[in-house]
Amino acid sequence: MTSLPPPSTRKLGLVIDLDTCVGCHACVISCKGWNTENYGAPLSDMDAYGESPEGTFLNRVHSFEVTRDAAPPMVVHFPKSCLHCDDAPCVTVCPTGASYKRVEDGIVLVNETDCIGCGLCAWACPYGAREMDGAEKVMKKCTLCVDRIYNDNLPEQDREPACVRTCPAGARHFGDLGDPDSAVSQLVAERGGFDLMPEQGTRPVNKYLPPRGRDTLQMPDLASLCETPSSSGASEAKAAGFLGWLDRALEKL
Amino acid sequence: MPSQPAPDLSPQVSDEVRKTTCYMCACRCGIDVHMKAGRVAYIEGNRDHPVNKGVLCAKGSAGIMQHLSPARLRAPLKRVGPRGSGEFEEISWDEALQLATDWLKPLRDTAPEKLAFFTGRDQSQSFTGWWAQAFGTPNWAAHGGFCSVNMAAAGIYTMGGSFWEFGQPDWDRTKLFLLFGVAEDHDSNPIKMGLGKLKARGARVIGVNPIRSGYNAVADDWVGITPGTDGLFILSLVHELLRAGKIDLGYLIRYTNAPYLVNAHEGPEKGLFLRDEDGKPLVRDRRTGRALAWDSPDIAPDLANGVEIGGVTHLPVFRHLADRYLSPDYAPENVARRCGIAPSRIRAIASEIARVAFEEEITINQPWTDFRGVKHASMTGRPVAMHAMRGVSAHSNGFQTARALHMLQILIGSVETPGGFRFKPPYPKPPEGHPRPHAGHSPGQPLDGPHLGYPLGPEHLLVDDAGQPKRIDKAFSWDAPLSAHGLMHMVISNAHAGDPYDIDTLFLYMANMAWNSSMNTSAVMEMLTDQNEDGSYKIPRIIYSDAYSSEMVAFADLILPDTTYLERHDCISLLDRPICEAEALADSIRWPVVTPERNVRPFQSVLLDLGARLGLPGMVRDDGTPKFKDYADYITNHERRPGIGPLAGFRGADGAGKGRGSPNLDQIERYIENGGFWIDHIPAEAQFYKPWNAAYQDWAVSRGLYDSPQPYVFNLYSEPLRKFQLAAEGHGHRQPPDHLRARLIESMDPLPVWYPTFTDAITDRADYPVHALTQRPMAHYHSWGSQNAWLRQIHGHTPLYVSGSLWAQHGFADGDWAVLTSPHGRITLPVVRMDALNPHTVWTWNAIAKRRGAWALDPSAPEATKSALLNHLIHELLPPRGDGLRWANSDPVTGQAAWYDLRVKIEKAPAGQSISYPAPKAQSSPLPAPARDLAHQVKD
Amino acid sequence: MHPAPSLILFTVLSGMGFGLLVWLGLGLRVPTGLAAFILFGLGYGLAGIGLIAAAFHLGHPERALKAFSQWRSSWLSREAVLAVASLLVMAPHAAASVFWDTPLPLLGWLGAVLALATIFATAMIYAQIRAVPRWHHWSTPPVFVLAALAGGALLAAQQTLALWLMLALGLAMIVHWVIGDQRFAQARSDTGTATGLGRFGRVRLLEPPHSGRNYLLREMVHVVGRKHAHKLRVIALGLGVVLPVIALLLPAGYVIVLIALLAHIAGMLAQRWLFFAEAEHVVGLYYGKR
Repeated sequence: MTSLPPPSTRKLGLVIDLDTCVGCHACVISCKGWNTENYGAPLSDMDAYGESPEGTFLNRVHSFEVTRDAAPPMVVHFPKSCLHCDDAPCVTVCPTGASYKRVEDGIVLVNETDCIGCGLCAWACPYGAREMDGAEKVMKKCTLCVDRIYNDNLPEQDREPACVRTCPAGARHFGDLGDPDSAVSQLVAERGGFDLMPEQGTRPVNKYLPPRGRDTLQMPDLASLCETPSSSGASEAKAAGFLGWLDRALEKL
Repeated sequence: MPSQPAPDLSPQVSDEVRKTTCYMCACRCGIDVHMKAGRVAYIEGNRDHPVNKGVLCAKGSAGIMQHLSPARLRAPLKRVGPRGSGEFEEISWDEALQLATDWLKPLRDTAPEKLAFFTGRDQSQSFTGWWAQAFGTPNWAAHGGFCSVNMAAAGIYTMGGSFWEFGQPDWDRTKLFLLFGVAEDHDSNPIKMGLGKLKARGARVIGVNPIRSGYNAVADDWVGITPGTDGLFILSLVHELLRAGKIDLGYLIRYTNAPYLVNAHEGPEKGLFLRDEDGKPLVRDRRTGRALAWDSPDIAPDLANGVEIGGVTHLPVFRHLADRYLSPDYAPENVARRCGIAPSRIRAIASEIARVAFEEEITINQPWTDFRGVKHASMTGRPVAMHAMRGVSAHSNGFQTARALHMLQILIGSVETPGGFRFKPPYPKPPEGHPRPHAGHSPGQPLDGPHLGYPLGPEHLLVDDAGQPKRIDKAFSWDAPLSAHGLMHMVISNAHAGDPYDIDTLFLYMANMAWNSSMNTSAVMEMLTDQNEDGSYKIPRIIYSDAYSSEMVAFADLILPDTTYLERHDCISLLDRPICEAEALADSIRWPVVTPERNVRPFQSVLLDLGARLGLPGMVRDDGTPKFKDYADYITNHERRPGIGPLAGFRGADGAGKGRGSPNLDQIERYIENGGFWIDHIPAEAQFYKPWNAAYQDWAVSRGLYDSPQPYVFNLYSEPLRKFQLAAEGHGHRQPPDHLRARLIESMDPLPVWYPTFTDAITDRADYPVHALTQRPMAHYHSWGSQNAWLRQIHGHTPLYVSGSLWAQHGFADGDWAVLTSPHGRITLPVVRMDALNPHTVWTWNAIAKRRGAWALDPSAPEATKSALLNHLIHELLPPRGDGLRWANSDPVTGQAAWYDLRVKIEKAPAGQSISYPAPKAQSSPLPAPARDLAHQVKD
Repeated sequence: MHPAPSLILFTVLSGMGFGLLVWLGLGLRVPTGLAAFILFGLGYGLAGIGLIAAAFHLGHPERALKAFSQWRSSWLSREAVLAVASLLVMAPHAAASVFWDTPLPLLGWLGAVLALATIFATAMIYAQIRAVPRWHHWSTPPVFVLAALAGGALLAAQQTLALWLMLALGLAMIVHWVIGDQRFAQARSDTGTATGLGRFGRVRLLEPPHSGRNYLLREMVHVVGRKHAHKLRVIALGLGVVLPVIALLLPAGYVIVLIALLAHIAGMLAQRWLFFAEAEHVVGLYYGKR
């Protein structure tokens, strides 16, 4: 089963809006909380209160700066977790079959009881989506909250990944990217969603929405926009012009 | 192919969900605490809650790690080592409370002002203030003076409310949003949710901030303004809008004091409003040319012309306003250099504001009636919203800058109109609707009234006949006349200096004054430990309550350990800093979802116990027995006024009372059943124009927010400020000291004004060329995040972010460290390059740095070795300038600490630097070292 | 990539062991009795030590048996299967050689093929990792295979063969380095493609996700100074190839072979250290480490 299954029609995944993410790390910690308590072993924190704390996180938010020639620099907060690739290299390298891509929805999972902790899948992943747990010594990764999205014990509206449910800015969307009519697919189409490192040939399911154009405000000078009460001249003349306009404007009220 | 594994897709999430209120920051979101086997297993946002509607930030989700923090105190502590050492012995609660009573009782009986009781990020200020009032000390406040009082006071004086708990943008309708200043820790989830709504609609967001991070990173347009010049930028926008006539004259006439005539006669009335015999301000009627009372029926108020009385022409407020801001001083070309913004950008932003406000106006077909009785068929709005926080507030020109911002909002008619800025009940509330400050104390008696309030003139200052401050923090003195939140940051230095008088006991709650909640941290630590010749401490006694082993703990003589937020009752009260929404009244509770396994008690219950032991009025029955069993009992049964109590919901015997009603013994139970909160929606016709909407005013009275309708107009021109100016000009009985006159005349301008920050004004650019700022990371709140195993991994140290140009100028490379020097101190930090930063600015994260030994962290933790507080560089006083006086490093109007005025010199640290300084001596921890590794999972 | 000692030891020692078994299986040298005992013992011993070292690299060595299941898709699983298969298949040949002085050429040949395949599978574990462009190239397997065969030939004291294999190995190493130095650029992955933000301008990491450490950084980000790497390449080539070649050109003798062997092992350890340490994983792009 480390062979990849034939492409599923359902491709569950995330769409992450880089135009909206404010970099608050809410998704990071909500993921940590849910997955510490659920699916498999808890996500440990080694040297938790010491000099060099090192914990397992399935989702992390990076911050990049983009410098531009003719506009101010941009800062983009960049959340990243498993992209649940169609051609997931992490799955095929696994020697034990612990890593697998689900036939029915394409979610990539690790069956922890089969994991020998060789770390090869983490090497195979170009995105850094897999982290070996320091205490449990098994590979941990985003499960797309498979134990939430199908969970009969949760109310319908809560059957979405913890990171999506918690994102305050609504920068994370969950859905079926295999269905061109789904809300997430529509969003990707409208906003020009893209793949990370397409040259790696992994064909990720998760998509990213680019930041909208930044610093584009180049409005005409205000004066050209309206009947100008005071356009030029010395300040006294300006003030006089202003009063004339004010008088006329008040008359119209 | 073998079948794939079948993991359990429907695990039991929890045995039970307990809904309470978060306390990981001041945002107060609703949380669902999932319990397994009686333990906290998982925390997520409460979908029904008005504040967060299900979402939750990093801090909130990490609440479980705060609740399990190894830094939690375990029992009352009595100091056994020298102050600052952190050496304690555990004592019983009986002993602790007896000790506190023995210390405080004599004070109350002889000199109650010798107790200074200050609380930090206290969310029970109406309660702690009530306690202090009953004790009789004038010396009580929370941390607002340190935080954002400029914003709050400017808002109240200008329009009856400000941002955050006072009001919010109309997120659902606004089309252009301007965000000023650092705002990432206040109102945190609502702002993120709001930005998300704007982004989903593609509305434009403009961020005005020296640093492009967080919210400014998602801003469509970023204005990397030079710190301290926001006011000038705003007034330039006003200049442009006036020049173009893009202002809402109808709004100004109806809802503001723009038409009020300003007395032009020389003398003690100059600059005050002309009034009729009933005291009503006069306006010029355009039809008759006569001066009539502002609210006369069918009046057509003039904004341009004045009336001549006694040979002097008295002009309306708006005329003064236009004359001032049309001045070329405010033209984009003339402010551009100072603000670091190109004139074309200032123009572009002004024109975008004008375009959206006037060409994309919003109309809601909702009839309403104003307070004059005039019926309106619809509600029209100008969909430009603004928000600001400490970034503009924490400057010595912050009060007037915040005033300028509100003026801008008002000029375009975007306050309390659809798409603009909306108040949250119980706001709007003009200064007149608030109490005045009180400091009348006498032995054995309660204070003569509430501590804090809004002075309307010099007569309300808390100074004695000699002009000496009555409060230890000198709030409401000539130094800081409108210090509406008190001046917590001045308490320790004043108490240490015995200025204006000596105190005996400093009682602090949840205020890390020995570290990140003080300016001038190193000196504050010295003041707390400074001794008289006889070996006694300069500040004789310090009692401190905190849940965690903070830096302040080491400096206290007696520790009253508090619980975590999941182990206590609390109320987020309308009497305090409520959680209302623009469209609804709301309040909420915390309740003990788990019982502490440590020997700790909730501080408010302890305070009630102490109050009963001291026999404070309102806390004991006639027979001297305690009136309240605990804080929950107080929340349920205390009445501030008849029928008005800490919680507004489920009042009355039947629980149907909204806002008003007798105490209901089941009230807390009803809150718990309701998800931990109560919400009451404002009727549709009362949703906007709140200060002037008759339906809103009536509704507010029915809910107990006011006792009678209180319509008012916005104060573009602030008469109370003018009264202080008049005093400074020599008028009136109560006079400021001479050295403050010039400063008061400048800063108490009744129309918004900009002046350079005091630091900028006295600092030579050659000596200290760089602005230094701090920001709060969104994943931390004050000093709390560092004890949190999850959050401290995100931000475990404080790199210094250096602008690209400074980076090049100083030849920095990755791995280098920098030394920052101010006139007052030096720190060193590792550097990181950041181009999206004002070129003259450096910044770092606030409150991550820790003293070694504090917060149960390992002494080698990066919080102690690769982190430093900018606080070490900031003095509460400005450097001497040769006039023999030391001027406060704060806003002269409100006394707000001027954090962001800081100017520094930056140098490359010598090669080999690998540890931050200053590095104060470690404090010993009263707690056992935590287990090294953590893998917390609650198994059923 | 983090140069883990367990992996360096495993690939070098086990490679030589299997290389030796290849020659023993092929019958290039047909020892019997004590000589067979020593040589087969060396082959099995090195292969075994290598495998044990590799097991130390596992988080859960007690589950190692599960690694035999995915030979259809996983080179690591194939390596495990092939390693065990070659050792098992070779065993009768070895036992027969040692105890009955009767090599079993058919099983020997089969075992040799399997041993060679094992070495190749080891190489492919690395060569298949596209996320490490330096490894993901046809030039990777020759290094592993030639190193194993040359080392094996040395162990088998096949001087002429070893000489030629050493020269081939030297060439393979140089080719791998020269090509490898361009591989990252050829992979066309940069911070721009990693973030998708390249279209807007020059992309640079401003803040890592956590100030604390993490597994990815420890495991996959290892920065070697260019000077340092250059020195190590000279050492690897000098000790691993040049010195053995010179020794092998000298008149034959066990001392000479021993010197050549020790130098070769030391050189290979350096080469293997570099093989990991110089290999940049594209994930470093997300951490500003390139």
